[in-house]
Amino acid sequence: MHLTLRVWRQDGPGVEGRFETYEAAGIHQDMSFLEMLDLVNERLVTAGHEPIAFDHDCREGICGSCGLMIDGRAHGPQGSTATCQLHMREFSDGDTIVIEPWRATSFPIVRDLVVDRGAFDRIIEAGGYIGAPTGSAPEANLTPVPKETSDAAMDAAACIGCGACVAACPNGAGQLFTAAKVAHLNLLPQGQPERWMRVERMVETMEEYFGSCSNHGECEPACPKGISLDNIALMNRDYLLSKIRNRKLGGQR
Amino acid sequence: MLDARIPSGPINEHWDNHRDSISLVSPANKRRFTIIVVGTGLAGASAAATLGELGYRVKAYTFHDSARRAHSIAAQGGINAAKNYPNDGDSIHRLFYDTVKGGDYRSRESNVYRLAQLSVEIIDQCTAQGVPFAREYGGLLANRSFGGAQVSRTFYARGQTGQQLLLGAYQAMMRQVDRGTVELHTQTEMLDVVVKDGRAVGIVTRDLVSGEIASHPGHAVLLATGGYSNVFYLSTNAMKSNVTAVWRAHRQGALFANPCYTQIHPTCIPASDEFQSKLTLMSESLRNDGRIWVPDRAGDTRLPGDIGESDRDYYLERRYPAFGNLVPRDVASRAAKVEVDRGKGVGPLANGVYLDFEEALRRLGQDTVRERYGNLFDMYHRITGESPYETPMRIYPAMHYTMGGLWVDYNLMTTIPGLYALGEANFSDHGANRLGASALMQGLADGYFVVPYTVGDYLAPQLGEGLVPSNDAAFVETERQVATRTERYLSIGGSRSVDWFHRELGKVLWEYCGMERTADGLRRAISDIDSLKEDFDRDLRVLGTSSTLNQSLEKAGRVDDFLQLARLMCVDALHREESCGGHFRVEHQTDDGEARRDDANFSYVAAWGWANGHEPILHQEPLTFDHVKPAQRSYR
Repeated sequence: MHLTLRVWRQDGPGVEGRFETYEAAGIHQDMSFLEMLDLVNERLVTAGHEPIAFDHDCREGICGSCGLMIDGRAHGPQGSTATCQLHMREFSDGDTIVIEPWRATSFPIVRDLVVDRGAFDRIIEAGGYIGAPTGSAPEANLTPVPKETSDAAMDAAACIGCGACVAACPNGAGQLFTAAKVAHLNLLPQGQPERWMRVERMVETMEEYFGSCSNHGECEPACPKGISLDNIALMNRDYLLSKIRNRKLGGQR
Repeated sequence: MLDARIPSGPINEHWDNHRDSISLVSPANKRRFTIIVVGTGLAGASAAATLGELGYRVKAYTFHDSARRAHSIAAQGGINAAKNYPNDGDSIHRLFYDTVKGGDYRSRESNVYRLAQLSVEIIDQCTAQGVPFAREYGGLLANRSFGGAQVSRTFYARGQTGQQLLLGAYQAMMRQVDRGTVELHTQTEMLDVVVKDGRAVGIVTRDLVSGEIASHPGHAVLLATGGYSNVFYLSTNAMKSNVTAVWRAHRQGALFANPCYTQIHPTCIPASDEFQSKLTLMSESLRNDGRIWVPDRAGDTRLPGDIGESDRDYYLERRYPAFGNLVPRDVASRAAKVEVDRGKGVGPLANGVYLDFEEALRRLGQDTVRERYGNLFDMYHRITGESPYETPMRIYPAMHYTMGGLWVDYNLMTTIPGLYALGEANFSDHGANRLGASALMQGLADGYFVVPYTVGDYLAPQLGEGLVPSNDAAFVETERQVATRTERYLSIGGSRSVDWFHRELGKVLWEYCGMERTADGLRRAISDIDSLKEDFDRDLRVLGTSSTLNQSLEKAGRVDDFLQLARLMCVDALHREESCGGHFRVEHQTDDGEARRDDANFSYVAAWGWANGHEPILHQEPLTFDHVKPAQRSYR
């Protein structure tokens, strides 16, 4: 395949960027999208040009490092697929492909296609955990968890923190990421003691960094792990309840 | 002769006795100690979280933009624990026994016993954190069997067990970040350990975004920086996984143990072309229901569906009736190589074997198969364009895990006082071969339960001693060396990219120090690596500067260290005149083609000392087996 790439290049944070055009010849359809970029980079270095910086690591769709806007779509044309799992067979000979970094002010550009997603860590710090200091755990089977509950928690916990949901959102909202973690922990019995505090702190930290959700629903189809919008409903409900719950009665049924 | 400081008494009391006898740091004094944790995967994050909870001042470092991205996240299959929930005869002793045997009698009994004991607590800990392990309808935890085990002791969270365990540890650590006990430095790569008066007193790092080189003093330094599979270029490891932190520690005086013990994982997707950047693992849990076969006849190019039962060779079931498709990884890998070398390989490049689910789909139905392996089947489909529901998967072994690593004593301390190694970065628990679902167990045991105790024993006598200041000559000199090294890569101005050198190195190692090794091949590899290293120093091209994000520059340092490590691996493999686990020397095999150990001469840990570029110096830790009698492993 012969492709034309229009790639966002930016030398550093706060510096003006630009699109550069590169011809990519001899691309094999079994290559992954990132292997295609590897090859382009190898040729750039040979020609004496600095390679395109892009984030990536596991290349198995699980670490959440990679993330490119490909022709305006987060992670490109294939559904439920992170950029690293996208293969060139999804494209055709002669295509022009536009490659940009995540577009969201909450994720400032570090260089070229690399962004800083540190804002996600701030949300987790604020409450995306169950306080269970090492050594204090009870026997694991002491608390049975209905399989349906456990499965739903796992569905939410599958989030890889790549940021596609934010990049796809016209408002740059962080709802789907935050809701996935709130749902994972708030659904489980182990998460109940901190349930109201968790959702309150996480939502309010999210709002410090990200735009507001106005129910566009662009996030769900962009998510490589198929995290459901239902989680946002659960988070909104719990957030509302967190404001009116008498937490002193939390131990009661 | 190395002293591992193994506690005395009956093996099942070692850990308890040890904990009762080592020094403690009182709660009020813990905040007076600074502990540096490098790497925030399972071992690092769990250690940082736990030490923070205890009240130490922890400084944690990761080169990722978030601690959640460490390669532990990619582990699929599960985590072992001797809970015996399925009531099928499991016990701490049996897990211990299986691990020592699986490691081909080259691990340290006492460490393995402790690992088996702690496995039970790990499951409790992770469940309390909200790790969504698979459950039965009654709400209790589910188990499955996993490669090489005859009991069901593996806990799992779909095909994403590593992800969920890492997120649990990461979240626990982030909780401590919020509480101010852990100071997290992201996008910061450790480039050297600082040693003063024989003790580890801190690290020197490079900020990957600004390029700034900085010193960080600590009372103790914990390395949890993973394994070195990427020395082979193509492996299942994440692209950034590297040996630099460990190698730099080695050059500062920490012994490197058993570098030639590397594990090839039997079930990976075969390479499709020369541009392949990494290999993708398919969890070996697939071997529970998938059947491995090749065509009976070499060069049979018919589609798998056209090859009748009578023309198929289910070679693992034939050769190992007792374990069948579930033989340990090293055995399964070598068996696949034998078939492919005989010309029976399948797929466009004839470089794989079939892993077939036809029988499982018939027996269990598509829904059950989808529930068990759906995400793996989808991943395979995305990568290859073929659906395993319709046609057998093609698999082939790939580099996956390294049992070798920094030598540590029972306290997980290296030969540099104050410097510890945790998880895959150390050598201690898996001998010459690691069993499936044991890496997660070891990383978490080290981080949650071992080092938080043992580090106190080192710190307690130092109460009242301040940190070595970062303007001390030891730091200044190390910073200078790091800066010089970094600038040198930029100034060579040669013609070849870092990736080119990495690929060439990978080819040499895979050929001569991969699944099978010979004395001649290893000698050849050493000379090839020497000349490749010379070329690297002369002809490397790294563009850009050191004051911005420069991914080629980062990689240059890593490949430089890989080149040096590769040589040591070959030296170790050449010296070990026996076959054991993942180290298979063609000269040493049984009549059936299995690994033949030489217990009389090689029942020891080979721990190598850096000799400033001269031939490495061998130190030995003799291994004794009082509880598991070494035998020729048999899975027939």
